[in-house]
Amino acid sequence: MQESPEFQELRSRLRRFVFPVTAFFLAWYALYVLLATYADEFMATKVIGNINVGLILGLGQFVTTFVITAVYVKFAGRELDPRSAAIREELEGPQQ
Amino acid sequence: MTVLAQGGADVGNPILNIAIFVAFVVITMGLVIKASRTTKKASDFYTGGGQFSGPQNGFAIAGDYLSAASFLGIAGAIAVYGYDGFLYSIGFLVAWLVALLLVAELLRNTGRFTMADVLSFRLKERPVRMAAALSTLAVSLFYLLAQMAGAGGLVALLLDIEGKVGQAIVVAVVGVLMIVYVLIGGMKGTTYVQMVKAVLLVAGAGLMFVLVLFAVRGNFSQLLADAQAMVSSSSNEAVAQRDVLAPGAKYGISNMTQIDFLSLGIALVLGTAGLPHVLMRFYTVPTAKEARRSVTWAIALIGAFYLFTLVLGYGAAKMVGPDAILGAPGKENAAAPLLAFELGGTVFLAIISAVAFATILAVVAGLAITASASFAHDIYASVIKRGNATEDEQVRVSRITVVVIGLVAIVLGILAMGQNIAFLVALAFAVAASANLPTLLYSLFWRKFNTTGALFSIYGGLISCLVLIVFSPAVSGAPSAMFPNVDFSWFPLSNPGIVSIPLAFALGIVGTYVGRRKQEDRYKQAEMEVRSLTGVGVEKAVSH
Repeated sequence: MQESPEFQELRSRLRRFVFPVTAFFLAWYALYVLLATYADEFMATKVIGNINVGLILGLGQFVTTFVITAVYVKFAGRELDPRSAAIREELEGPQQ
Repeated sequence: MTVLAQGGADVGNPILNIAIFVAFVVITMGLVIKASRTTKKASDFYTGGGQFSGPQNGFAIAGDYLSAASFLGIAGAIAVYGYDGFLYSIGFLVAWLVALLLVAELLRNTGRFTMADVLSFRLKERPVRMAAALSTLAVSLFYLLAQMAGAGGLVALLLDIEGKVGQAIVVAVVGVLMIVYVLIGGMKGTTYVQMVKAVLLVAGAGLMFVLVLFAVRGNFSQLLADAQAMVSSSSNEAVAQRDVLAPGAKYGISNMTQIDFLSLGIALVLGTAGLPHVLMRFYTVPTAKEARRSVTWAIALIGAFYLFTLVLGYGAAKMVGPDAILGAPGKENAAAPLLAFELGGTVFLAIISAVAFATILAVVAGLAITASASFAHDIYASVIKRGNATEDEQVRVSRITVVVIGLVAIVLGILAMGQNIAFLVALAFAVAASANLPTLLYSLFWRKFNTTGALFSIYGGLISCLVLIVFSPAVSGAPSAMFPNVDFSWFPLSNPGIVSIPLAFALGIVGTYVGRRKQEDRYKQAEMEVRSLTGVGVEKAVSH
């Protein structure tokens, strides 16, 4: 089964989504942590009232986390679930 | 100045505090006893029969994850250090993406009770199980210690117990209660306690969030200005100089503290997906899809909660002030309860404190069940009995282990009293990210990965991490250390993640090439890969 085109397709779709997204959010997080460590002047720049760049970027981390979660759930529901269900059915017979 | 500023003498009413807490214990104990009626088999005890729905499990994950470190530690760190405390919340939250994208579903499909189930699927069972169980126990103990320390500080504040002996007794009571919960309810009971607690905690923090914003008429910028003004007027000069709105108040002091900060950041983001008690929660749902749903719910709850703590932390700085916080028993960890007192008086303080206490209890119970499952299922059944232990025997061994772990945690908790909880938890994250995560990811995604690689990575990560912690300023040498009077520290960082995590990843690769001669089961790898992605052959959750 591992060699079958259906499985290869499922596997590559999962990996093509998961790896780049992981690389992206880890890089974005690393950038944030580095800025917070070595660019505190920049982070302290005030934008609106007392709200500074650091707070906005920090809240930005929250936003990207929520967005990535939502996108992944949608992606998995559309691309992964039907494919894995089909393979399961082929191997185990129809589920109730 | 208020009474609070003079050492936190009259904070709330101890009798009311105890009454509300006892009410929580009675109600949850009722739930646990109810759950225990249907706990018969090993799978009931360890995973609640795998019958929880995604949203239910999402609440339980949030309940398991939002520990005293999150509530008391982060709010306190923000109140006293400002922005640097916020980094903890960001790391703790972003980390969930690793769990969601790389681990949760694949893990659900390949394992049964513990992390070692996944690793031993295609690697040599006994050595790998032994290694995984040891690292699970190490992480759980660190995490437990942090929670116990938090319990001591919190109750010291509530019951106005200043002396070390009194706090030690409190730590012991928490330990005993936890043992009782787990012994009676198993995973099912523990899960219910966690769900109740998650609702209470998020609701309580949400209410405080609203009250703080109400006090500044919704003007967040004003809140920041007031918080800074309070900190600047602190009688402690070092505190007064802090710019709490910008990063650097805690970690910007020198080159070394900056590297320490990076180290912490790495440990936080990579630790979550290696925490054994979080991993075990993925087994309490019937399918991978439910595992995904539970992580989604958990991310929403946890994210909202951390947004609340940001406001709570600055709120505590503004309304309570750093002097009163640092002067209270429990120090930084007292910020959130003191804020509750300012916002809603004695009754609100009692409620929030009971919630915080419940938080500790629920997390501690979750950790204890994970550690005991790992010992009974991995070490006892597979390594000692070579697979000849019945499930009843495993559960019996687990129950004994819970008692032992509880006692060990009580002793360690007493030793760790007074340390910042969020900091202690960060050490647990460092151990998890070093010892567990690399092997877990390699075994799920890397076809050539083998037993030698796993052993190199787990033991290398675990040992390097522990050694560096022992010789760090967190344990000896510094005034805030566990043993402040002796100095055997030579490692300059208080969080070892920046060294031990990359080392563990590298050792996994080195080990795999070293052990290459041994042909491992190619067929097993194929089976595992198909199964992890599709769920073929997963033991269907049986109804009772």
